[in-house]
Amino acid sequence: MSGTDTTDAPANGRWPESLRSLLGSAGSGGLEAVLLSALALVVAFFLFGVFVTVQGHDPAAVYRTLWLGAFGTRFSIENTLTLAAPIILTAMATLIPARVGLLVIGGEGALIMGGLGAVLAGVALAGLPGLLGIAICCAAGALAGALWLAFAGALKHWRGVNETIATLLLNYIAIAIMLHLVTGPIRDLAVPIKAQSWSIPEAFRMGDIPGWSVHWGLLIGVAVVACVHVLTRHTVTGFSMAILGGNRRAAQMAGLDIGRLTLLACAVGGAAAGLAGAIEVVAVHGAASESLVVGFGYTGILVAFLARQNALAVLLVALIIGGIAASGGLLQRRFGMPDAATDLLQGMIFLCVLASNALAGRLLPGGR
Amino acid sequence: MEGELGWWGVLIAVLGGAVRVSTPYLFVALGETLTERAGRVNLGLEGTLVLGAMTAFATSVLTGSPWLGVLAAGFAGLCLGALHAVICNLPRVNDIAVGIALFVFGTGLAFYLGKDFIQPRAEMLPGLPLGDWSEIPAIQSALEISPLFLLGIALAFFLDWALRRTRWGLLLRMAGENAEAGRALGLSVPRIRLAATAAGGFLSGIGGAFLSLDYPGNWNEGLSSGQGLMAVALVIFARWNPIRCFWASLLFGGATALGPALQTVGISSGYYLFNAAPYMLTLLLLIWASSPRETLVGAPRELSISR
Repeated sequence: MSGTDTTDAPANGRWPESLRSLLGSAGSGGLEAVLLSALALVVAFFLFGVFVTVQGHDPAAVYRTLWLGAFGTRFSIENTLTLAAPIILTAMATLIPARVGLLVIGGEGALIMGGLGAVLAGVALAGLPGLLGIAICCAAGALAGALWLAFAGALKHWRGVNETIATLLLNYIAIAIMLHLVTGPIRDLAVPIKAQSWSIPEAFRMGDIPGWSVHWGLLIGVAVVACVHVLTRHTVTGFSMAILGGNRRAAQMAGLDIGRLTLLACAVGGAAAGLAGAIEVVAVHGAASESLVVGFGYTGILVAFLARQNALAVLLVALIIGGIAASGGLLQRRFGMPDAATDLLQGMIFLCVLASNALAGRLLPGGR
Repeated sequence: MEGELGWWGVLIAVLGGAVRVSTPYLFVALGETLTERAGRVNLGLEGTLVLGAMTAFATSVLTGSPWLGVLAAGFAGLCLGALHAVICNLPRVNDIAVGIALFVFGTGLAFYLGKDFIQPRAEMLPGLPLGDWSEIPAIQSALEISPLFLLGIALAFFLDWALRRTRWGLLLRMAGENAEAGRALGLSVPRIRLAATAAGGFLSGIGGAFLSLDYPGNWNEGLSSGQGLMAVALVIFARWNPIRCFWASLLFGGATALGPALQTVGISSGYYLFNAAPYMLTLLLLIWASSPRETLVGAPRELSISR
């Protein structure tokens, strides 16, 4: 804890600990991680209950409606799953860079660039067989997202630019680029009421999982999570990332290529978020427009933290958070609540999750 | 009239915009400077700005007094800042992550409570007509100065003096430069940071009040688009110096005014790209001001963001 370390260690010597909080309790007991997140959820729900009571609503009724809108009917479950699909993927944009100790919050921008990439590829390649076209659209989206966040990784590595601020700025820039394109250069003039891009060919539209009105993007998301889990936990690259994330100095001593790992983590995370944007285009909207900017990227950050940067846990957490998002409409109709109600609840959960890190190692007997 | 002035009109609009739009940047940047000089980063000031704007507007609608709105906005910001500090004072909590959470929480709370205030009009803050000597409306409107702008300038000079010359300035800097030494002297570093972050939140809240109570005086959910965030980057560019924060705010204000100014002379094709000018400027300045090797010049040593 000396304050004299130079270039790489933080001056205050607090980094390893604050990094561990970035990674959640990834290194320690899984049970404790689950308990901490569950506790945070309970506290956040309690606080939200107090808030809606003050606002003059019956909290029990609000929570019944929340459950109904999230998981209560087949329709709401399908709705939740459809929302969970992009959230799972945008969570990866925060989760993977966190493995190397970076706090990246650029999922929103990468998603938008991915959507644009998918539209451009889809329009250019009209005439290809459907499945191939969908695959290329998705690949183009992933590539666009990967390049977008790799840029932030490069700035971090070669210029020391803070990655959190850079990726947040890139979100705004991505939105501006998208709005510029869909209101001018690639605007579909046949759609007068709304500024949207050209549409991809009908053949490239992704269908639903048979028997469900949930598109295939959900399963793609699950597959990506499985790949990320293997990458982070069962490969040499993943292990190198964990070393870099745990102790930069040790990674340097071990001769790891820090630049390559940094760029790779950002690029893979960006690819996942870009894929989310591509799927939103091929499965939901068919074109790029302001409809892509609904905050999936920001929700993904919360999901990554609530899952304590554990890829498999993201699946469960995305269901919970997706359910909250899905119930927003019903809360609005039943109680006349503003649509920001679910955003507020998400913010409360986020704060509680971070605060719960303080209890790490103290919750269970014999903790670290 | 705008048309007759042509490109001069653009220049006047950009300069006038620099003065007008810089005010929220200035307040947030000064607030963040206080917070960061004490060794913490509060990335949630965007949320504080939005909540401040809503609080100020609602207070002005309900009481009819815009200045009471400014005060209420500051108080709302103070609460969010204190919340940030209290959570960060817990062990094993990352201050940047808490900032992101507060960004989500602050905007969510503002949009929830502000839903009812999107329609009504509030009593606006009065402007000081410093351009009345001119016959040209463009110049008159460019020189219609908000009293908050002047307050911000005074505050920049005051903070610069206070940080260097007063006892509490010294304590605050000690918390930011060498917490260990502070502890050795028996100071409570967490308490100093709590005060600094709460004060920073107060200033950011006032910046938000400007957004909703200055011309054109309304509240909507698109009122702030990242000004709070850019102000945080601006502080790095200004090297944690309050007076340089003022100059940097003018620069950012001008960049923000560029898009609307070009639109007045009929250039609207790249509207969204011109509107993104401040974000690109921020990123460029950040690239320019950062360095991969040494610690940044002027950066408080305890800061995690500048290492």
